Amino acid sequence: MYSQSAASLRQTRRTFLGHGIAGLGSAALASMLTADSVCADQQQSAFPNFAPQAKRVIVLCQAGGPSHLETFDEKPELKRLDNQPMPESFTQGQPIAQLQGKQLKCYAPRFDFKRYGESGQTIATLFPKMGEIADDLCIINSMVTEQINHDPAHTFMNTGTSISGRPSMGSWVQYGLGSEADDLPGFVVLTSIGKGGQAQPIAARQWHSGFLPSRHQGVEFRSAGDPVLYVNSPPGVTAARQQDVFDAINQMNALRQPTLDDPEIATRIAQYELAFKMQTSVPSLMDVSGEPQHVLDMYGTQGGDGTFAANCLLARRLAERGVRFIQLYHRGWDHHGGLERGMQICASEVDQASAALVTDLKNRGMLDDTLVVWGGEFGRTPMAQGSGRDHHIKGFSIWMAGGGIQGGLKYGKTDDLGYNAAENIVHVHDFHATMLHLLGINHEKLTYRSQGRDFRLTDVHGHVVHDILA
Amino acid sequence: MTVARMIRFATLLLMLGAMVSCAAAAQGADQSAGDVDYTRDIKPLLSNSCYTCHGPDEGTREADFRLDVREVAIDSVIVPGNPAESELFARIASEDPDLQMPPTDSSRPKLTRDEVDLIRRWIAQGAKYDEHWSYAPPKQVKVPQERASSPIDAFIDQRLAEKGLEPAAKADPRTLIRRLYFDLTGLPPTPTEVAAFAADPSDQAYAALVKKLLASPRFGERMAMHWLDLVRYADSVGIHGDQEWSMSPYRDYVIRSFNENKPFDQFTIEQLAGDLLPNATREQQIASGYNRLNMITAEGGAQAKEYLAKYAADRVRTTSTVWLGATMGCCECHDHKFDPYTIKEFYQFAAFFADLEEQGVYAGSSKTSYWGPSIPVPSPQQETRLQELDQQIMTLGQSLQTPTPELAKAQAEWEANLPEDPSWQVLQPTSMKSHPEVDWKKLEDGSLLAAGANPDKPVYELEFTTQLSTATALRLEVLPHDSLPAAGPGRAGNGNFVLNEIQWAIDGKPVAFQTATATHSQQGWPIASLLTSDQKDGWAILPDIGKGNEAVFELPDDVTLTPASKLTLTMTHHYGSSHAIGRLRVALVDAPRPVQANQAIGVPQEIRDLVETPAAKRTASQQEKLAAYYRTIAPQLDHARKELAERTEQRKQLADSMTTTLVSKSSEPRTMRVLPRGNWLDDSGEIVEPGVPGFLGYDLETDGRRATRLDLAQWFVDRRNPLTARVFVNRLWQLTFGRGLVSTADDFGSQGAIPTHPQLLDALATEFVESGWDVKQMVRRIVQSQAYQRSSSRTASQKQKDLSNAFLAAQSAHRLPAEMIRDNALAASGLLVEQIGGESARPYQPPGYWSHLNFPKREYQRDQGRNLYRRGLYTHWQRTYLHPSLAAFDAPTREECTVRRNISNTPQQALVLMNDPTYVEAARALAVRLLQEGNDRPEAKIHLGMQAVQQRDATAAEVQILTATYQKHRQQYVSDPQSAQQLLSVGEYVTPEGIDAIDLAAWMSVSRILLNLHETINRY
Repeated sequence: MYSQSAASLRQTRRTFLGHGIAGLGSAALASMLTADSVCADQQQSAFPNFAPQAKRVIVLCQAGGPSHLETFDEKPELKRLDNQPMPESFTQGQPIAQLQGKQLKCYAPRFDFKRYGESGQTIATLFPKMGEIADDLCIINSMVTEQINHDPAHTFMNTGTSISGRPSMGSWVQYGLGSEADDLPGFVVLTSIGKGGQAQPIAARQWHSGFLPSRHQGVEFRSAGDPVLYVNSPPGVTAARQQDVFDAINQMNALRQPTLDDPEIATRIAQYELAFKMQTSVPSLMDVSGEPQHVLDMYGTQGGDGTFAANCLLARRLAERGVRFIQLYHRGWDHHGGLERGMQICASEVDQASAALVTDLKNRGMLDDTLVVWGGEFGRTPMAQGSGRDHHIKGFSIWMAGGGIQGGLKYGKTDDLGYNAAENIVHVHDFHATMLHLLGINHEKLTYRSQGRDFRLTDVHGHVVHDILA
Repeated sequence: MTVARMIRFATLLLMLGAMVSCAAAAQGADQSAGDVDYTRDIKPLLSNSCYTCHGPDEGTREADFRLDVREVAIDSVIVPGNPAESELFARIASEDPDLQMPPTDSSRPKLTRDEVDLIRRWIAQGAKYDEHWSYAPPKQVKVPQERASSPIDAFIDQRLAEKGLEPAAKADPRTLIRRLYFDLTGLPPTPTEVAAFAADPSDQAYAALVKKLLASPRFGERMAMHWLDLVRYADSVGIHGDQEWSMSPYRDYVIRSFNENKPFDQFTIEQLAGDLLPNATREQQIASGYNRLNMITAEGGAQAKEYLAKYAADRVRTTSTVWLGATMGCCECHDHKFDPYTIKEFYQFAAFFADLEEQGVYAGSSKTSYWGPSIPVPSPQQETRLQELDQQIMTLGQSLQTPTPELAKAQAEWEANLPEDPSWQVLQPTSMKSHPEVDWKKLEDGSLLAAGANPDKPVYELEFTTQLSTATALRLEVLPHDSLPAAGPGRAGNGNFVLNEIQWAIDGKPVAFQTATATHSQQGWPIASLLTSDQKDGWAILPDIGKGNEAVFELPDDVTLTPASKLTLTMTHHYGSSHAIGRLRVALVDAPRPVQANQAIGVPQEIRDLVETPAAKRTASQQEKLAAYYRTIAPQLDHARKELAERTEQRKQLADSMTTTLVSKSSEPRTMRVLPRGNWLDDSGEIVEPGVPGFLGYDLETDGRRATRLDLAQWFVDRRNPLTARVFVNRLWQLTFGRGLVSTADDFGSQGAIPTHPQLLDALATEFVESGWDVKQMVRRIVQSQAYQRSSSRTASQKQKDLSNAFLAAQSAHRLPAEMIRDNALAASGLLVEQIGGESARPYQPPGYWSHLNFPKREYQRDQGRNLYRRGLYTHWQRTYLHPSLAAFDAPTREECTVRRNISNTPQQALVLMNDPTYVEAARALAVRLLQEGNDRPEAKIHLGMQAVQQRDATAAEVQILTATYQKHRQQYVSDPQSAQQLLSVGEYVTPEGIDAIDLAAWMSVSRILLNLHETINRY
């Protein structure tokens, strides 16, 4: 594809990058590319710090905040107190969102729970498929976060702070470990929108690289239009002609190297190579026509329709291709009213596909080194808001599976009414620390100097939750 | 020291003896003889490795001593002149895990052997402390007489000599002029300008160029690109729904200020406190929009108190970074770990802004919504028209208030025949439907309540009958109810609704409305919009939640009704997320016109009473009152009244069409407390008044009154402020050299870099202040230095001696900022539209890019025509979804203050330049230029193209590659003309007549290559 000089230059680049892009810790790469980061890099030992359990992460973000009381946290006492005033001892002085100044009444869980699997995990019967993989799940019932509105709560869940401008977890991971995909970005974001209720907005901030080098930013894969922004050639430009243009650019850039003496030219050439590959690899990744029918059936999608199920299937395909961090957003869980119907709709949209993803990874032997996380930016109040529940941050549930996580485990508890996390509390910082730990990263060592401070994903907090590790 | 500790310490010192000599020996011939400089060599080590536990923050201080204050340090762990007796040295040199510092489990970096030795020598030399360099006033340094004309070069050459570095040669004329154009204007020179300079690259010619570029209006645009990053200027609110607001006049103020060379002190004062200046001009009020640029929220359920705390902290972070290069943001929760700022000072600083009139949570949904105080900013034409209208309105108003004999006569007749008062007749429903369905409930007062399922976008279809025989108007009441969210009247989570359409039919025949009025309409959602057919418009009622309101629709002509008439009302809600009316009541009336909401129907009782009073018994004022009332309904005055209504409406429309801008407005200051750990729920902290950081050595002079933003601004630009001038000139240096003399332009504190050329920085800062804060003078000074004009190529020896080019033996090369990459392509293709200012422009953007936004959902509407080709800095800046082509080239989202942009090199950048319609269209326009302007030889066209993007001729090898690509693609397009047509269809630009499509498409391959070249998007 390239002329002699471009080929030799490419060789130079390989030498320059040491091992090629694949597999190289980006923290190290950064220093080679810019003199400015030399200092920062001196503290940056090579990652992983120790043998990783997980090589990649898939986060199934249930945006809007699913109710823990209708999913993974069974509360018979709340049922008993249905429609009775919420004891003030729970709510006094607590931050409250839309229920500010309203009378607070208990609201019984809308669905029955059942024991699933050998482990006997209790899960709402609304999620039978997740019930089938109960023995693979570690359900954490004692999550807490610090932000009670959607926007800052998402920011907090992704960056460990509600202040904008900090890197998201996917960017941190990519910064530390680099990518194993050589023709796809290392951090990919997919979104879907639920059919019930209102879809709260999400912001690109949630996958932004903040002060980290921009190449660690999450790249959105879209179900409509260009699958990645600008990844399609202009109309009338065939793949061959586009390749001619790419080739000519790289040849001409290579020609100028001796005159300009600019190390960025080598990088530019490498990035044009990668961009050209993406023009083919992205559409081929998005094309699921080669997937066997039984796999499609397992996820419950024919693909290509932008549903959560289709995205779960794509997540597996991305994972297979070495993408380091894959984040799915399903917008539709903000059930201030119409909770019962809303949960039914959401369950019909995500239950089967979430479980299928875990099963599919397991069937392919990939679950062992893929960490799957399922949860929202917060939970919902035990108190009623009309026929729904308000935002809640003092106790909620997520699950983790695969990649070094102990399956069939329920960890942590909320109090009898599902208000406060009461036992083995897991803060968002702890979740981040644990996730990094599974990737072989000491969360205190993954730092980046900005405005004079060595920032971390976990700020100055975070403890690895060792109890849930396999 | 306890006895036990003393023994341990003594043992340690013994053990150390041997080790120290080892270390010293290892250093050997190294620079051990030189003086150790506290600021340069020691403080960064102590700050980075020790201050976290032994620094300014009392809250985390261990063992009750600190290393940042000499008195405390020599009282505890340092014995000046005697390293061996100093515990500091013993600890940092120790290999014993129980003793060594930083402790083995600390996240702070352990000191290297060389660093330990530096500290040893420093202690041996007396452990001298200096005040942190940036907190001490700039030092007056004498420039050697022979270099007085260029102090910059004097200082730089001196450092180069010290380091044994040879300066690079002067850049070749083309490289130099291209660099100068980009740095000063953000746009490339034309090939003609380059040729002229190449023919005469003398110092005089260069100076003339500098003069010309500083006078160019593009200079202000270029400077604004950076300033807008600092102040986080954007066109949207940034949080949650990220709705649009209107701020572009502030952006234009910044451009104007740099172009007018407004002194930087004045620029500072106007932005922080323009509104507080006596008789603040419109310009100064616009400037005060600076204080309103922080992100704000309109998310339902957000607590005002929490968000006011967030906004306050944001202002402290930004303002302290912009003017002081300080990281005061660290003190939101605790005293600063490395610098002497305290948590109390953080909140004192925030208190300066506590007078700003603002809300914690807004209820807006669009650009015209209320986002805090704003002012209209008319264009000159609008200003003239406004004066005309005001004049006409005044004249008409007067004529309506003037009694005449004719009026008196008509009034008497009217009094004699005063009709009965009409009243509203509530309609009884015969059928209630909704699609999708809801459960309707009839309430006793005749109102209807929607219950049960709460569909996203319901259409209501209601049928009524009436006993009324004639109707003039229809009334729709929207009413609260406890069963509704937030008590209604709407069914959305926040109690609101959006009524997008209302249609009335009598026996199936549609009846139009003539006017629509309401007792209240939400900003941006006026009732009158229901008269138009635009389905996106509608009527909503925030913030009137939990209250009733009414809308009145007047018919053009009275309609006749019978009890058998079937009245159908269809109400459409398109907005989504259940923004539908929850409780409503419908009524009709037969009354004299006009019938409007907010206005009683018929004759008010007071007037009726006057009519019944015999004329002779009325007082003069009663007479006048009655006559005045009559004039409001007198048929003779209908024309004047209508005229007045029209003019008033025109004035309103004109006012509505004016660009507005958010401004600062001062009101009673809110109480500001220290928030322990930054926790907004914690009210236990001390109440604070505005105040400045104490350690900078001078205070506000307010004679005991509460200090204001104006005091703060004046404090920033006080001659005694050691930071403001240094911080600003350092940023100018960053803009012209790619990196500041202090490389951490956003941090002048202990953890920041120290200046590579401290004397130079001080000299520039001093000159800046003494020049009267003359920005252009400083820019001229910098770009006329030899250092600026050097080549950016470096020899192996230069690289080896100074890897990062810190000592400036050469210039530096860097990629152009995002906006300039766009500008450059548009300039090269001839598409660029140079118009300064105005509302933000909307170039091509991929459809669906905003699909994750909500409240409301929206689709980006790109501009047409000229606005597609505006400079990058005018691109609509949507914070949560910044235009992807700008974002790909590292333009910041402007959610927070950005002092230094990342410069990345990614595959996304390649995809943008290859495939974004903006660049495909630019390639087409450039190809047209090649076909129209170049002569017939392909080689000449290629040179022309290369001149357009890089201002040089192509080399023989380049000509060969480009010619080959052109010929190959030309052949392909000959056999596939349809592809050529498709390619030419990208973009609005109309290809001139007479250009061959095949040839153009083939030349586009060449122009696309040219626009993608690394050198095209880099400045050397």
